[in-house]
Amino acid sequence: MILATHPHTHETAQPEEHGHVALPQHRHHFETQEQQREAATFGMWLFLLTEIMFFGGLFFSYLLYRNWYYDAFVVASNQLSVPLGGTNTAVLITSGFFMALAVWASEMKKKGLLVLTLILTMVFGCIFIGIKYDEYHEKWEKHHIPGAHFDIAEFVNPHAYGLHEEPLSPDAAQKTQIFFSLYFAMTGLHALHMLIGLGILVWLTVRAHRGDFTAGYVAPIENFALYWHFVDIVWLFLFPLLYLINRHPV
Amino acid sequence: MHISPVLWQFLVKWLNASALFPREASTIAPYSDALYFFLLLITIIGLTLVGALIFGFAIRYRRQRNPVATQVEGSTLLEATWTIIPLALFLITFVWGALLYFRIYNPPTNAMNIYVVGKQWMWKAEHEGGQHEINALHVPIGRPVQLTMISQDVFHSFSVPDFRIKREVIPGRYTTVWFQATTPGSYHLFCTQYCGTNHSQMIGEVTAMTPDDYQKWLHTSTSGMSLAQNGERLFTEFGCIACHTGTSQARAPNLAGLYGSKIQLSDGTDVLVNEAYVRNSILSPSSQVAAGFAPIMPTFQGQISEDGLIDLVEYIKSLHTNDRLQQTLVTSQSDEATPKASSAVKP
Amino acid sequence: MSATNSTIVSLPDQSTASLPKRSYINNESGLLSWLLTGDHKRIAILYLISITFFFFIGGAFAGLIRLELLTPQPDLVASDTYNKFFSMHGIIMVFLFLVPSVPATLGNFLMPIMIGAKDLAFPKVNLLSWYLYWIGGLFTLAALVLGGVDTGWTFTTPLSTHYLNTHVVTAALGIFIIGFSSIFTGLNFIVTIHRMRAPGMTWFRLPLFVWSHYAASLLMVLGTPVLAITLVLVALERTIGIGVFDPTKGGDPLLFQHLFWFYSHPAVYIMILPGMGVISEVISTFSRKRVFGYTAVAFSSVAIALFGFFVWAHHMFIMGVSNYSALVFSLLTMLVAVPSAIKIFNWAFTLQKGSITFETPMLYAFGFMGLFTIGGMTGVFLGALGMDIHLTETYFIVAHFHFVMVGGMLMAFLSGVHYWWPKMTGRMYPESLSKLAAVTTFIGFNLTFLPQFILGYLGMPRRYHAYPPEFQVLNVLSTAGATVLGVGYMLPLLYLGWSLKYGAIAGNNPWQATGLEWQIQSPPLTENFLEVPVIDYEAYDYEWLAKKMDQEVTTVG
Repeated sequence: MILATHPHTHETAQPEEHGHVALPQHRHHFETQEQQREAATFGMWLFLLTEIMFFGGLFFSYLLYRNWYYDAFVVASNQLSVPLGGTNTAVLITSGFFMALAVWASEMKKKGLLVLTLILTMVFGCIFIGIKYDEYHEKWEKHHIPGAHFDIAEFVNPHAYGLHEEPLSPDAAQKTQIFFSLYFAMTGLHALHMLIGLGILVWLTVRAHRGDFTAGYVAPIENFALYWHFVDIVWLFLFPLLYLINRHPV
Repeated sequence: MHISPVLWQFLVKWLNASALFPREASTIAPYSDALYFFLLLITIIGLTLVGALIFGFAIRYRRQRNPVATQVEGSTLLEATWTIIPLALFLITFVWGALLYFRIYNPPTNAMNIYVVGKQWMWKAEHEGGQHEINALHVPIGRPVQLTMISQDVFHSFSVPDFRIKREVIPGRYTTVWFQATTPGSYHLFCTQYCGTNHSQMIGEVTAMTPDDYQKWLHTSTSGMSLAQNGERLFTEFGCIACHTGTSQARAPNLAGLYGSKIQLSDGTDVLVNEAYVRNSILSPSSQVAAGFAPIMPTFQGQISEDGLIDLVEYIKSLHTNDRLQQTLVTSQSDEATPKASSAVKP
Repeated sequence: MSATNSTIVSLPDQSTASLPKRSYINNESGLLSWLLTGDHKRIAILYLISITFFFFIGGAFAGLIRLELLTPQPDLVASDTYNKFFSMHGIIMVFLFLVPSVPATLGNFLMPIMIGAKDLAFPKVNLLSWYLYWIGGLFTLAALVLGGVDTGWTFTTPLSTHYLNTHVVTAALGIFIIGFSSIFTGLNFIVTIHRMRAPGMTWFRLPLFVWSHYAASLLMVLGTPVLAITLVLVALERTIGIGVFDPTKGGDPLLFQHLFWFYSHPAVYIMILPGMGVISEVISTFSRKRVFGYTAVAFSSVAIALFGFFVWAHHMFIMGVSNYSALVFSLLTMLVAVPSAIKIFNWAFTLQKGSITFETPMLYAFGFMGLFTIGGMTGVFLGALGMDIHLTETYFIVAHFHFVMVGGMLMAFLSGVHYWWPKMTGRMYPESLSKLAAVTTFIGFNLTFLPQFILGYLGMPRRYHAYPPEFQVLNVLSTAGATVLGVGYMLPLLYLGWSLKYGAIAGNNPWQATGLEWQIQSPPLTENFLEVPVIDYEAYDYEWLAKKMDQEVTTVG
């Protein structure tokens, strides 16, 4: 076995021996900073793959039931507000834009811009959550949350509620509960991921303010951006699937 | 069977007598056992081969006899051999198993039908003539019997090991299995899907009888009304007759002669009118409305038990002609005219 | 000195032997240094202690089950209690023992060393995995202490969602959390194997142990999240009453089955693949030979992982899936059996022209090969559609999966623990006693589970508290075997513990094996290697080992 004379293996890094500055965040089970960065990014991509499988179960269930109970799903979907959903989509895309800008700022070592863009990412994320809360609240008031208090009256007799829908027979109206179950499960899981992301963003912003990410160590910002964009993409699938079934001019 | 019947008898009966093997009490049992013996054979051969290789090599090449190991990379020929041969054996198994599966789950057309409702923790069998049994099933030998089964609550599984049949009994849809008993006797009936506290008490006995004995049993166990007659009663009680009058201006399709035919639904698809369709129409009518009719049928989900649904299915099956339906109409109208003695009987 | 005359018998003089001064064990001291460690080896030891703890709890439940089944009547405990016994046995054994066993202990300890790395890619995530394991384990214990759960480990709906009032959500939550422990371990392994191999360590120079862990990690990462979401849906249906699986609300209980088995079938390959990796290493070492058909075995591991994703509905053949989907899944099940057969033959032919010795790890490996062959072949019985109708949900199934999981996986785990015990602890285990334990478990195992195949064909259903009297003799045999098996499993606990203080000093390479882990001290340094190794030789290169040993002075410590 040829033994490599590899100065990096020494426990305490001596910058002069290496010929370049070892970052304080360099973890010593990695041979090079590059290896560490690549491993972290690979790890994040893999994690996102697990998230796809996690959401995948819900997406599969949704596609199955939408196929079986199309009419009920259309009527239930019409209860969702496209303007609010559309706004949320724009909000999330904007948030993603600022996150991408944050990555650039980190790479360009611009601390002020990094902090600003991280804060803006958070702000738009919070707007998203706020609108989502509003939508959920409306569902609560209309008794469209699945469970004991679910009310199908609006679907059986839409005209009495001022809705321009075809009335559903009671057994078909029951199926709308499945739509809402999946709606809350999918958007709820998505919102949970956003809340976790917002929490991490707070912590990243604090550290960015300290200058941790504008001295060459960009991996956390890059990898969090991957996560944030993934959450964004999940919404880009959720929105058309849930909100835009068979939309017709009312 | 292509092997000597004497050898077969010896094998099966001897094993059965030693409490190592179940009885062969249905027409399909020998087929299942044949596949089993084949699989047992290749397993024993495979195990012997692997065992011989391990022991043989271990002894021949133990360190005292072979102190220096020879490095061998591999052999494509050997790899191919032990890929192709197991694959071939497994594919034979696949084909054989698939054929057996289709035999077990495709009933012959002349099978007599018995309904089974599973619930925690008992089996209810309902013969067409109205005989009801709990945790028991009487069947004639020499006739194919089809079981149409459903659960009232959780997953159960109807298993008769001596017949080599088993089928899951699930809530929400009918499942079927068929068999033809060959030997009179009593055979175990087990529930084989864990269903809660008394899962192991959900057992019973299948009694196969000669055709004469079976007829005698039918006569002595009838409760008076056949399933179809009970179904007719429910048909009027639930008000089905009000729309399904059988006249040309009726709001609902004519059910006479409907069972077994193919109809077109309002979305253009064709569907066969079988038990599942009838049951679904009662519980979830808007999902399969017949073409040309409005989706006005109310749902009876939660108002009728699986037993009641079976009675209605049987009644609808019995409506071969319009006359039969008219009989029901007349009876129901006269019923309405005369005051009832008590309130509606629970279905 | 040649590479051949070198096993335990040629250990240097014990009077001069001593443990290395510095190792991962004494590098830092204090409880916190263990509980907050990032060292993959310390985490592996933490896992080893944890899974042993849960193994004996799960084993106690098994003992109680077999005790009840001595008599046909339900006379030892109430039915609900019995149902809780087998549910807890299954949940603990599957999720808290089998899934983490080899990967989290042996994989964690050895994989980085085998590829020439200093640690896994994400040591903190590794520690997090262990904590998640314990949090999930505590939820499971909580479910137990609060009264138990009786859904069976399979959580079949609608029983689990609407018809039980036991602690289903607590148990589901526990498994959900343990699932993430598993996902993070798999993620860590994949990134490590891809990115942290030493210079010269190409994919086809990796030990087969690493290949199996890579394949198992793929399954962990892709399959476990589906179980997680399924359990979430069950919990939601139980708590707030969404009707995704409820037929009265338009839901479909069969959907649960599909989602559940989509993970739980690959789960069995998550459990067995790392064990197969152990067997490759052990057979090679104790035959002094490279594994026959290295490439075939490596690709078989990946093939099993891949095919393993496409056979889940073979758990559902009688549930009312369409005939055509039954055909497809049966065919794929037959295909997934082939790579396992390939491995067995490759291992058998590794013995040919080798120089074989029969230390305890090798005995366990032989046991594995025989018992896994039986277990695997009985899987073919079950994959055959028509045969499955008669056999499913009977004791045949119970016997089948215990043969592959206990006769296979657990034997492989014990083989690995004994094989790498000197490396992990610096001490040898007592050879004669361990051989006795190995033989005892083999005998006990066969006596316990072979009668169950017969019971299965006779029709005795599984999960039955009481049974018809004619099945008693076979049940008594099975319980007798279980007693012997229990003794066989207690013995290693005792003598391995004993060896920590009194075992012979092992030295770097008591087995004279190839592999990077044997070229460093026992126990290893925290950083594994003083200098990064550069690999210019193949795996299992005994000629290289012979040359190396000729050049070195053999010292211990």
